[in-house]
Amino acid sequence: MSLRSAPLAVEAPERARDGLFTPEIRAQIDAHVAKYPPEWKQSAVMPALTLVQEWNGGWLTRELMDDVAAYLDMPPVAVYEVATFYGMYDLEPVGRHKIGVCNSVSCLLCGSEDLIHHVERKYGVRPGETTADGRFTFKEVECLGACRHAPAVLVGKTYHECLTPEALDKLIEELD
Amino acid sequence: MVEDQNSVCFRTLHLKEPWALASYRSVGGYAQWEKILKEKTDPAKIIDELKLSALRGRGGAGFPTGLKWSFMPRSAPGQKYIVCNSDEGEPGTCKDRDILRYNPHQLIEGMAIAGYCIGATVGYNYIRGEFYEPIDRFEAALKEAYEAGLIGKDIQGSGVDFDLYTHCGAGAYICGEETALLESIEGKKGQPRFKPPFPAQFGLYGRPTTINNTESLASVPVILEKGGQWFLEQGRPNNGGPKLFSVTGHVERPDNFEVPLGTPFKDLLAMAGGVKGGKRLKAVIPGGSSVPVVPGDLMLQTDMDYDSIAKAGSMLGSGAVIVIAEGTCMVKVLANLAHFYAHESCGQCTPCREGTGWLARVLHRILNGQGRPQDIDLLDGVAGRIGGRTICALGDAAAMPVQSFLQHYRHEFEYMVEHGGRSLAEAA
Repeated sequence: MSLRSAPLAVEAPERARDGLFTPEIRAQIDAHVAKYPPEWKQSAVMPALTLVQEWNGGWLTRELMDDVAAYLDMPPVAVYEVATFYGMYDLEPVGRHKIGVCNSVSCLLCGSEDLIHHVERKYGVRPGETTADGRFTFKEVECLGACRHAPAVLVGKTYHECLTPEALDKLIEELD
Repeated sequence: MVEDQNSVCFRTLHLKEPWALASYRSVGGYAQWEKILKEKTDPAKIIDELKLSALRGRGGAGFPTGLKWSFMPRSAPGQKYIVCNSDEGEPGTCKDRDILRYNPHQLIEGMAIAGYCIGATVGYNYIRGEFYEPIDRFEAALKEAYEAGLIGKDIQGSGVDFDLYTHCGAGAYICGEETALLESIEGKKGQPRFKPPFPAQFGLYGRPTTINNTESLASVPVILEKGGQWFLEQGRPNNGGPKLFSVTGHVERPDNFEVPLGTPFKDLLAMAGGVKGGKRLKAVIPGGSSVPVVPGDLMLQTDMDYDSIAKAGSMLGSGAVIVIAEGTCMVKVLANLAHFYAHESCGQCTPCREGTGWLARVLHRILNGQGRPQDIDLLDGVAGRIGGRTICALGDAAAMPVQSFLQHYRHEFEYMVEHGGRSLAEAA
């Protein structure tokens, strides 16, 4: 069989795994590791990065990625590859909240550009930027799969659908 | 008007808390799985029933599900896997999200039956990371199913094992491509694999694997309950069953509709309340953003099944019906689609990585009034050089909209180039 699907397992350097993250996060990562074959610990890299990112206030540092690599017996570069490939990982500091306005075709047809222009004007941020007060990072995201209630916006972990600029404003005002 | 709605994947939708195990049980849920466990039904018989039903893959490719299952080397030794593709992300498509939210147990039952038929004792459901609520619903349903002894080890004393896990994505459209999805479960970048070998020989962790769409798997319990013949008769020959259609865009009441394949488009449009504001229908993208656009007049004479839509020059795809009203600038719509594919190209194959960027930039230039007369042929040329020259279908998915928009609405692009970015459609 091809080598392509062999795990990239490496011996972790002399680092105490027990000291990484928090005991709760380690337990949650371990629960993910248990879903996959024993030699495929790296299958848990995506959920591990998600957990660690949330713990770190919404973004990943190089050091945290290295720690995930050590924890899962992966070469660090393999973790960087994953963290840079998937859109939900942030590698720069972010605001206290993340707001993602869907701008794919069904939302476009239902006014998503109005939402984007409104946020740009009122809050002075362009997609990819964080407000000066650090309240939120603004993102233009690809199809959220909520097309029947377009336009859709993801605020944190919650979908908000059929939004008008006024309704989006209200949501933003409620954020700390 | 279509009467027999919500008969398969949405059969719990009328209930209070449709996602709960008790609700699913009340419509006959898990009866097929328990029957199989008790009678040790011959997997070949189940696969024959699926073949008879003419269930075709609901994710977009439309490949016959029964045939796909029959490719699995069922009795070969070693671990095999069943994987569900819930990485719904094709613009316009929002049906699998509602199966996960409102009928997760039917998917679990479908996956358990699939695992039994192909000899897989482990399954993964790959759900896109943004689906926080659907992930929670599915996980809660999994917990209920484990606690009720419907999945796990030696299920109901049958000697059959089936463990099922959720794997969450993290924002990459390409992971909806089945081999990219496998790479992603393996903890890698989601870049599609070259085929052959196909997943039935070399899949997850190098083991035989079957990957099916959420809606396809969730259809299986009802097919077994009511029979392949019944399912076939709901649709048309070679186009079995009802199908979920996500009708979105310029309609009065956008929604998901589970209606028989072969339903006339005009009936589906009427169910969604017709074109928004009573405007004229300009165009329809009938199967998700990757398929060729069809002019409105032609669409009004077309039925919603794989073969009829192919005759109209497009594809049924995922069943995402994007309705576009008169007065919409087609250059703007195409620029939006091109941006999407440029953003989502995984970067592996040069024609797609570079070509999708070219398409997006040239369209952006035209929109900004800096288009040149030769840009229109440039677009067509670039699209033609992507299609068919890449490992996966994303390249074709980026090229087909460009070619079809230029075929039907070339005058809008020419007008915009000649008039410094003014839109013909919006001016009218």
